[in-house]
Amino acid sequence: MLKLLYFAWLRTKIGMAEERVAMPDGVTDVAGLIDWLRGRGAGYADALANLDVVKVAVNQEYVPFTHPVAAGDEVALFPPVTGG
Amino acid sequence: MTVRVQRQDFDIGAELAALSDGDTGIGGVCSFTGLVRDLHPQAGEAAGTVRALTLEHYPGMTERQLEAIEAEAWTRWPLSACLIVHRYGRMEPGERIVLVACASAHREAAFDACRFIMDWLKTKAPFWKLEETGSDGDRWVAARESDAAAAEGWRGRSNTIGPES
Repeated sequence: MLKLLYFAWLRTKIGMAEERVAMPDGVTDVAGLIDWLRGRGAGYADALANLDVVKVAVNQEYVPFTHPVAAGDEVALFPPVTGG
Repeated sequence: MTVRVQRQDFDIGAELAALSDGDTGIGGVCSFTGLVRDLHPQAGEAAGTVRALTLEHYPGMTERQLEAIEAEAWTRWPLSACLIVHRYGRMEPGERIVLVACASAHREAAFDACRFIMDWLKTKAPFWKLEETGSDGDRWVAARESDAAAAEGWRGRSNTIGPES
């Protein structure tokens, strides 16, 4: 299983904050996971259309799109941060 | 080392007093307080445009990122104490969002570490601001290039402290 988290406008476009999914066949990295997510519906495709404004954390650490993803990981997708 | 992520407001005076309490080796405390503002001069918007902000964050990762930023500050400057308090939830203009305070024997370390922590916090701590506006509905605040440049400016820069003063 993968734990997926969405924040800010990715959350509102996808329509949920969190979901658990079975590890998709053929997915080995973040880029592959995003491609798979885009095929799950219009909200996903819209939220993930422009990766220049999408950041990724795996197990709560920032990672590039080439980072591997494995069963048991917590993967978070969110826009560039705006705190402070 | 102290990092707190909380919904409730904080008392700046009490926080700063507690930070240096009992350590007479501290010569200065530098602090930064971030506030909710309702002016967007760059967009030509008038005061009163933003009614409130809601800060969303990533519980768990937020604390880890803030602790890592604070730890980095400790490796760069001779600090005596350090505090990061960041709020989440709904806040109205004028309310306090964030407090960073750094204490050291000398002022340079306190000033520089405080600025460094804010610069890195702006681009690394997973918080997102949603603005409530009257006529335009709610809108997510976009990240600013100038914040990324400020954070990047510290990369590769070593301790900038000069001779003791």
